This record gives sequence, C-alpha cells and structure tokens, in this order.
Amino acid sequence: MQLTVWTYEGPPHVGAMRVATAMHGLHYVLHAPQGDTYADLLFTMIERRKARPPVTYTTFKARDLGGDTAELFKRACREAAERFRPQAMLVGASCTAELLQDDPGGLSKALGLDIPVVPLELPSYQKKENWGAAETFYRLVRGFAGGRERPQREAAAPKRCNILGPTALGFRNRDDLVEVRKLLDAIGVPVNVVAPLGASPHDLTRLPEADFNIVLYPEIAEPAARWLTREYGQPAVDTVPIGVGATRDFVMQVAELAGVDPAPALDGADERLSWYSRSIDSNYLTGKRVFIFGDATHAVAAARIARDELGFRVCGLGTYAREQARQVRAAAAEHGVEPLITDDHLDVEAAIVASQPELVLGTQMERHVAKRLRVPCAVISAPVHVQDFPARHSPQMGHEGANVIFDSWVHPLMMGLEEHLLGMFREDFEFNDQADASHLAALETAAPAAAPPADGAEERAPAWTSDAESELKKIPFFVRGRARRNTELFAAERGLNPITVETLYDAKAHFGR
Amino acid sequence: MNAPARTQRAGPAGDGPAAAACSAAEPLRERGQHAVFCGLTSIIWLHRKMQDAFFLIVGSRTCAHLMQSAAGVMIFSEPRFATAIIDERDLAGMADLNEELDGVVARLVARRPDIRLLVLVGSCPSEVIKLDLGRAAQRLDSQHAPERRVISYSGSGIETTFTEGEDNFLTALVAEMPGEPAGAAPSLVVAGALADVVEDQMLRIFHGLGIARVAFLPARRSTALPAVGPNTRFLLAQPYLGATASALSARGAQRIAAPMPLGEEGTTAWLRAAAEAFGVADDRFDAITAPGRERARRAVARFRDRLEGRRVFLFPDSQLEPALARFLARETGAEIVEIGSPFLHRRHTEPEFALLPAGIAVSEGQDVDRQIERCRAARPDLVICGMGLANPFEAEGLTTKWSIEFVFSPIHGYEQAGDLAELLARPFVRRAALKVEV
Repeated sequence: MQLTVWTYEGPPHVGAMRVATAMHGLHYVLHAPQGDTYADLLFTMIERRKARPPVTYTTFKARDLGGDTAELFKRACREAAERFRPQAMLVGASCTAELLQDDPGGLSKALGLDIPVVPLELPSYQKKENWGAAETFYRLVRGFAGGRERPQREAAAPKRCNILGPTALGFRNRDDLVEVRKLLDAIGVPVNVVAPLGASPHDLTRLPEADFNIVLYPEIAEPAARWLTREYGQPAVDTVPIGVGATRDFVMQVAELAGVDPAPALDGADERLSWYSRSIDSNYLTGKRVFIFGDATHAVAAARIARDELGFRVCGLGTYAREQARQVRAAAAEHGVEPLITDDHLDVEAAIVASQPELVLGTQMERHVAKRLRVPCAVISAPVHVQDFPARHSPQMGHEGANVIFDSWVHPLMMGLEEHLLGMFREDFEFNDQADASHLAALETAAPAAAPPADGAEERAPAWTSDAESELKKIPFFVRGRARRNTELFAAERGLNPITVETLYDAKAHFGR
Repeated sequence: MNAPARTQRAGPAGDGPAAAACSAAEPLRERGQHAVFCGLTSIIWLHRKMQDAFFLIVGSRTCAHLMQSAAGVMIFSEPRFATAIIDERDLAGMADLNEELDGVVARLVARRPDIRLLVLVGSCPSEVIKLDLGRAAQRLDSQHAPERRVISYSGSGIETTFTEGEDNFLTALVAEMPGEPAGAAPSLVVAGALADVVEDQMLRIFHGLGIARVAFLPARRSTALPAVGPNTRFLLAQPYLGATASALSARGAQRIAAPMPLGEEGTTAWLRAAAEAFGVADDRFDAITAPGRERARRAVARFRDRLEGRRVFLFPDSQLEPALARFLARETGAEIVEIGSPFLHRRHTEPEFALLPAGIAVSEGQDVDRQIERCRAARPDLVICGMGLANPFEAEGLTTKWSIEFVFSPIHGYEQAGDLAELLARPFVRRAALKVEV
C-alpha cells in the first residue's frame, strides 16, 4: 500500500485508452464501474478533443455483483459492436473489474462477433499508464501485422519507414509528428504508416511493408518495434530527435538506413538554438544548476540539451518510469549525479530542495514544487495538463523543437544584465525577498508542510553571528539558500562555530562557482 | 462524439422522442452505461469545507488519478486528501492490508499532524475485496485518541454517484454528533455543504426570523459538530442527502420538507418551511425576507431575456437537476426538454416536481449513448452535462454548460440567485460575444 497525493501515471487502462482514442475504427469495451468514466474528460477536456473517446464502459454496480457481471459485459460488447461498427475491438478490465475475474477476452470470443477482438490483460495493481499503452499497442500490432508476407520491393524503390509511438494525450505528440515528417520529407524518406495516432486497425496490417521503423516514443512503441524487428527484420531508429545534437543523430541514422543524403535536413535548417546559445548574452546561462525529472525519454534528452547545448550543469536527473530506469541511470552516471528513480512526488520534492537548482525541468508536479520554492521552471514531460496542449505549434522534436526548448527554458530565467544589477544593488526596496509576487503570498504560511526533514545538517548547523547574517542577506534571494547551505556545510566540516563574515567569504572562495 | 449509430434500435421505452412520455411519477429508468463521477469526487469540495479533516481514499491508482484529473486542474496547494494505493502484494496476501493501512496512516499523520478528523474512504476495489474500513477506522480511532478521530464511509462508484459521496460522509458524521440534552430548546440543522458565505447569509436570515439555534452540517471544523435529538429539526440544503436524512431521522430529528433554496422562489419556500416549523409569524417572515426576495428577483431579471424560451436538456450529474430545472422553468422562463438525474429521491424531490410544469420528460439513471441520441434529436438550446460530454457537444454545434459548476459555485440563497442565472446565461452571452466559428 502506497501513500499517494499526486501520481505521475494513471492506471494501465488509461494507457490503452490513449492508444484506442488515437486510432480510427477501433472501439474499446472496458469492464469498469461508472467512476472510471472520468477518463473521458482527460481527452475531451485536457486535450480538448472534439469526440468522445471510443470507449464503452460496463459501469457495473454493487447490485450487479451478486448477479451476472459477465452477462453485462457481453451485452456491452454486442451493443458497442452494433452501435459503433468498428473495424476491430479491444476488450479489457479496469482495476475493479480485474478483481471480478470475468475474463473479458474469453467472454468476447464466445460472442462470435464478426470483427477481430483483441483482448488486453493489464494488471492494474502492478503496472501503470505507459506500460498499458505500450502493451496495448504491441497487442494490436501483433494482432494485425502478424502472419503477413513482407512484399518484395524493387531495390531502387525509396526506402520507407513507419513512425511508431504518438498517441492521444501525449506530451506534444501532435506537433512532434509534424516536425519529424518535415525532417523525413527533406531527405526524401516516405512514411508508410504512422501509428497509433491516426491509424486504423487496417493500417496496422500494412506495417510490414516498411523498410524500417522510427520509435518516436520508446515508452509506448518499443515493445511493438522490437517485435517488428524480430518478425520482419525491420531495423528501428531509436534516437529520439529532441535537441540539436539528437536531431542531427536522428537524421544521420535515418539517412543511413534509407540510403539517402542527410544534408537536406541539416544544412540551412531553421534552427536557432545553436546561435542563441552561442550569442554573447547567453553567457549568464553558464553553469546554471538544473534539476531534471520526467519520463525517461524527455529527461535524458533534456540532460543532454542542458549540458551540451545550453551550458547548464545538471544537478539532478530522474524519472518516474521504472521500466526505462536503466537509460536514466546511464545518463545520470554520465552527468555525475545520483539517478532518482521514484514515482513518489514527495521524494522528488525532497531531491529538488536538496540539490538547490536554479532551474527545474520537470512535469506539472515539479512545476508546483518549483513555484513554491520560487525557482524558475519549465515543463518537459507528461503527465499532461491542459497547458501542455497549447494552441500554437509547440514541438519538442526537430529543429523547431530545439527553438521551442530554448525559449521555454530560458525565458523563465532572469536575464543576464538584470541579474548583475540585482547583485549590485541588493537592497532595492522593490526587489527583495520581502516583496514577493502577490499570488504567492499565501504560500508563505502554508509552505513547507512539504519541506523534507533536513538531512541532519540542519540540526547540527552552526550559529550565525548577526554580522554574518546581515551580510548573507545582501546575497540575492534566489541564490541565498544555496549560499547559506554551502557556508553551513563548510563550517560544519571544519568545526567552525559561530559563522562569521569571514567564514561566509571563506566558503564562497571554497565553493566558487 | 463517437460516430453516430448506424442502426436505430427499437429498444424498450426510452428511445428517441418516446422519452417525452415519462414524468416525475413515471420516470424513464435507465440502467445502461452511466457517465457520472463516483462518490469519491465529493472529496474535492468536502476537504476544503471541513478544514481539520483529511480524506484518505483506500483504493487503486485509478482513484488517485480520478482525483487529480477531476481536481488537479483546480488545486494549487497541497490538498487535504490522498490515496492509499492497494498493490499486488496487498491482494496476493503477502502483506497484511490492515498493517499496511496503519503504516500509511502513520506516515500521513507524521506529515500532517494538524489532522483532527481522519476519514477513511472506501472505493470500488476496497469494497470488492471486502476490506472492512469501518473496523479499521475503529481500530485507528482508539490508537489515535484523543488527538484525532478516525471515521469511514464509502465513496465507491459501485454504490455511489458523485454527490452521494457527500451523503455518505454526512451520514458518518451524524453518528459522531453528540446527543442533545433532555429538554433541549428546539434547534435547526441545515444539512448539505454550502459555501461559507452562503451559510453566513442564511444564518443572518434565521436569526432575523428568531430561529436562534442553527447549525450546519458539515461543520467547518470536525470538533464543532452540532447536537441532535428529538428537538432538532433539519432542512436539506442539497437534494442528494437521502441517507443523511434517514440517519438524522433515526436520531430523532424531524425533517422539514421544502424545495431546494435555489432562486428567489426556492429560497423563500425553503425559509418559509423552516419559519412554519418554528412558528415564526407571517409578518415577521415577510419583513425579514422581503429585501432578499426583491434583490434576488431583480438580479435574476437581468438575465431573463437570455434564458426565456430557451430549451434546456439536463444530463444526470449531481441530483441538483430537478431543482435547477425548476429554477430555470419558473424564474427564467426556460423550457425544460429532459431532466436527467442519477437518482430521484421520491419524497425529497416531490416539492420540486410540484412546482414544475407537467409533461416534462424525466429520466433516472443513464444509458449515455441513448441519452445522447435523444439530446441530438431534441436539438436543445442548452445542454447541462458532465465534463466528458461537453466539448463533443460543442463541436457538434450545441451549447453546453458544465453541470459540475453548480456544485462548485455558491448558487444557494437570495444573494446568489442572480449568480445562478448568470452561470446559466453565460454560454449564451459567450456565444453572442464570439465572432469565431468552429
């Protein structure tokens, strides 16, 4: 049993809904109580989709439990097939129905419907949303692309790819797809099928006709892509084109598989991150400490961009996706930080406080934490929020994705000269730690119920002389916490007590920047 | 919306316009797919209403996800609710559920020592595995006494829809209410969560009427629950409190029947019922209520031209639907196409239906796809429906209003009558204002 205030991922059947809702001609019959119908609003309200998700819920009640919930399920299947006339159906159970053990797969088979039915076994008490989406997509791909002959193609015919992974309710999937298609167009690689977003079950039968697969979101598409490699020998492009370097790597990898020239997608691209980052005014970005948390794909990509493309320093890196923990561990080792693998947002909050970042790149959860700590923040990953479906084109992938990332990560930070001025004139009456943004006023009193227990250092913290305390106050408030901690650490290590102005400056010299 | 049905089913009574034949006495009873929140969702307002209470849902990841999806977009500070997520180890018997729950509660209390009332809330999975939260609450209650009370109720979606979660919570609170001393002076309990400002307004009116001993359930603090007994009379301020009313009656309290205090007419009838029960003289009643009535009428009149003659279809959501329909029909001149409600408490809704014009289609429960078809066929001017349905209707060109807003906004009483009319008129005001098309 786990105490949870907020969760990073929904249950696995919500993952299945993301796949079903992304596709056409597919209907999902979900054995579930009425409360589970809330999931519709994820799509119609958060993503603002114009159609209800293609999902029928059995909405069984307590009074049905004594009777025949299996019959209820069969009726729901029959009626959904008749009403919506899908090409194919998914059937499965949500967490409550899983306990009833009605076996939706077996029941739907017994109905003898005239359309293919793909049963889903999604263990709700064990797995989560992304796993559910990946498993659903894999089952669909196996079901519809399995047992087919790979057509013979002329050697001279251009090599084609499938794009696998974008779903409904995916973080910027809509816009990423546009950018990836642009890259492929530029080098003349035709797209065979995009799935699940916009595909029908019938389209899935054509997956074997491609020469290779692009795994856009490994969290969703990796199991399906691996199976396609095994079954049809289709290699997979596993570089996710988020960031300047990764986009270049992606184009090179695709060009090599397709046997085409990568140059048209790279030369003269409308990519401005590189120049903006090299631009002299970006000097102030150097070495800024960033804390990164999200799904594995976005977190690892963000770490590379932060270090190699913006000159930040990664001071924390983690993911809530245990399935992809290995790659995050590898990346964390490369950046010299401890990987944080947890789906407990309170642990993440504690890690953010401890690492004292100047910028947080995270999910909506970390955005709340950063707001409370008054640290700038940008959202880089699901779980999604209504704000993650902006009206404007706002990709993360490709050249334009890099531009969007530059803007959305850098704009929350204070500009360079402004930072200098504030450093020089610290006692400006209008800009100091007493003058908070008015919308944060309430947080002062409510605040750190969440603050993690100090790591012991706090209790053993040496006292400050009043001179040292007032000198500390001259440090701009947005870095003051770090200065305090560093000084206390420095003093504790050396047994200095109390902390004087001298200690403060000794510590400053010691830690430098 | 999903692709429209290709086959028009000739099902039992209730397809298409056939529904028009039903009435309050003989509503169309639907047992198909429901698209209504479960009772857990009530926690979204209850945890703000009672400030020293904490709601711990014992359920699944789905429960936690529901709470943050339904509430997450609105809540910025740390909520006073959480979910103890049952996992595989608990189900496989590898972990003792009660020990696990004790551990979760210990962690929670360490983090939030300010909790005075811990409420264990049952969910669909906890009900299906027959986890006895009542006993768990008793055990924890004795462990945590006297710092905090521990109680339980079920908000599970197999037993409750949306607002019925509050009904079950209040029922649990009734058991905690102290008994009134023998020979206690008559007192009034107003049951049903209301906005604080609304409570204050009503209290002023009751005091003006000379009804001095008035308490609200839920109270703002768990330690301030009113006493109850044979000299207690109670008024429902929300229509979904069937179990709460039974529990109060079982403790000897007497229900005062009245329509809900929505709009000028509803509020007056509601107050008058109380005034009659407490023997308030007519002239005093008129003197005290006249200014409010006048203000309410004036405020509603400002929106009448937006609403008069509009055809409104209400999907089932909070059980407030009959009262909303009565306000719409009688005070704004709207025409009601269908009143859907997840449940119709015969006796409690009687005063509403007595005021409504005859011949309005009424449905209880839901078969959402068929109801959507009825709605499409009727082409109403306004559809009041849940969040999952609204945007798809908008995309089809219908005008909608989120039904959940009537639960989340202060709409009761004289001073809010205009706000209620404004909420209902806003979709039309907005439609008229926008010069963009979809």
